[in-house]
Amino acid sequence: MSTTSSRLQRSERLSASRPALSAFNRRETRAALLFVAPAAIGFIAFFVVPAIRGVGFSFTSYDLFSAGSFVGFDNYARLVTDSVFWNALWVTLQYVVVNVGLQTVVALLIAVLMHRLTKSMLVRGLILGPYLIASVVAALVWLWILDYQIGIFNNLLDFIGLDRQSFFGNPHLAIFTVALINVWKSMGYTALLLFAGLQTIPKELYEASSIDGAGEWKSFWRITLPLLRPVLIVVLVISVIGSFQIFDTIAVTTKGGPVNSTRVIYYYIYDLAFNRYEFGYASAMALALFAILAIVTFIQLRVTRARDNDLA
Amino acid sequence: MTSVLEKTTLGGQTPAAPRSMSAADRKRRVRRRLWKIGAWIILGAVLLVTLFPFYWMLRTSFSTNGALPGQSTNLLPADFTLDAYRRVLGLSTVSDSLQQGGSTASINFWIYLRNSVVVATVTTVFQTLFSAMAAYAFARLRWPFRSAVFALFLGAMLVPPIFTTLPNFVLIRDLGLLNTYAGIVLPGLLMSPFAIFFLRQFFLGISTEVEEAAKIDGAGYFRIFFRIVVPMSWAPISTLALLTYIGSWNDYFWPLLVGQNENVRVLTVALGIFRAQTPNGSPDWAGLMAATFIAALPVMLIFALLGRKVINSIGFSGIK
Repeated sequence: MSTTSSRLQRSERLSASRPALSAFNRRETRAALLFVAPAAIGFIAFFVVPAIRGVGFSFTSYDLFSAGSFVGFDNYARLVTDSVFWNALWVTLQYVVVNVGLQTVVALLIAVLMHRLTKSMLVRGLILGPYLIASVVAALVWLWILDYQIGIFNNLLDFIGLDRQSFFGNPHLAIFTVALINVWKSMGYTALLLFAGLQTIPKELYEASSIDGAGEWKSFWRITLPLLRPVLIVVLVISVIGSFQIFDTIAVTTKGGPVNSTRVIYYYIYDLAFNRYEFGYASAMALALFAILAIVTFIQLRVTRARDNDLA
Repeated sequence: MTSVLEKTTLGGQTPAAPRSMSAADRKRRVRRRLWKIGAWIILGAVLLVTLFPFYWMLRTSFSTNGALPGQSTNLLPADFTLDAYRRVLGLSTVSDSLQQGGSTASINFWIYLRNSVVVATVTTVFQTLFSAMAAYAFARLRWPFRSAVFALFLGAMLVPPIFTTLPNFVLIRDLGLLNTYAGIVLPGLLMSPFAIFFLRQFFLGISTEVEEAAKIDGAGYFRIFFRIVVPMSWAPISTLALLTYIGSWNDYFWPLLVGQNENVRVLTVALGIFRAQTPNGSPDWAGLMAATFIAALPVMLIFALLGRKVINSIGFSGIK
């Protein structure tokens, strides 16, 4: 009895002197730690430790089979002089600009049309179709549609008197072909994101501007676009980060060719690590990609002058 | 569409337009109608471009390889047959399959279908469960360093996956888990930063009253979570599960690295291998399209049944 009361007194004294920790209920804290435990284990084992290991690899000549030796900044020095890397960066950038640019414009068009025309669940569901299938599936279907000899698209070009195009074999076209396939794949999803943003714009604004005699075109520039800006910024930032990581489509169609014209950075890293076993160098390049993405995101947020609450 | 047309053609007969309407008003009405018709035409074209490849996949899968070159613009299947499905489901002999323009490699999409179902189901069940538990702790329970830990978890979303994928591959190999289900599902089994973020947002929004009442009745935290919070949040949890299932079903990069072996090969990886094996001069297009259709069908069916939730969740509760 007496021990219990003295313990109680002690804990009271403790809580009085350290209000910060006593604010937490012990039972609640223990429950919380149990709740978080599985996720925390997964987080540490498959995110934190690998990230640290990856940085470590980037300073070695690790090749998957023997413990590599420490090489200092050699991998980074090689990166700077590797023309294939710079080419990969350039190709990736072309892909990102075409893919994100076109996808956003088309998605905006679809979103605005749906907003002004229909709330139909069916239309929204159909629009989302391509987003639900695997990139591998989308790539194969388009590989077939765009086949040089018997693909229906080239036969259509032929029919209306245009030249057939080798969409995947022509080094000037291949990366844009891949970009367009993924515009097809993700424009519906982006459109629905923007559509959700449009729902938050009060209808009265359009009615008022219509009474003022403004047409659809004017309303779009004066009301829709400015009010949609925060959503557009989020969509842009996310699309850019996502499309820097283009891999699947390339892996099943062009495998980086012809002559490196579709060797994007993700595919180059994969190729280095798993075909040439240059794990150390590949890790350095992956870290560089991380840095580039961080810089690009920062610039995007700066240029668009996103406010804090835009990304909430 | 029809109603718009009707209004335009019958406009003169209906007494809808009062005589007092000015010429400018009428002009504006006509312009609005024209705008609407034009807008529907554009939306229709977008839908056509969106859906045509699906139709073309189906049409080609029911075609005979030999007939495809001669009928490349025929909108119906070229010499209708189910041979392509027999080939990719391992139901035809090697000599038959060679004759039909297939390859000699053994292709059995039943196995790959089974593997995709196993991988996607296990990933979805455990990732959703553990992420929901963590999300609850982040949203509802008070414990030291809560927001700092949460910020760390969120930070993981910004790291490009390939950066952690390389060391994760080494880890899975060192554990001897290459070409096992465990190796494929393990990295995503315990959490996904997005899932935690998504569910935390929702848990923050539900009222605390029921939980408080249960607490007064002496219910423990686990009981409160499984008996009260989970049933109350069934809608967002199942939406998230659906998104996770689709994502896991469509994943290519990680299973390509750790699960090429036939007995654990998932559909996406199998498609890539099938495409690489198919003779280069004259690919087995009918077989490839049958295989892609098999790979795409389950997700499309699930979406057709439960998709309303996914559509409604886009943009409101989170962005992936």
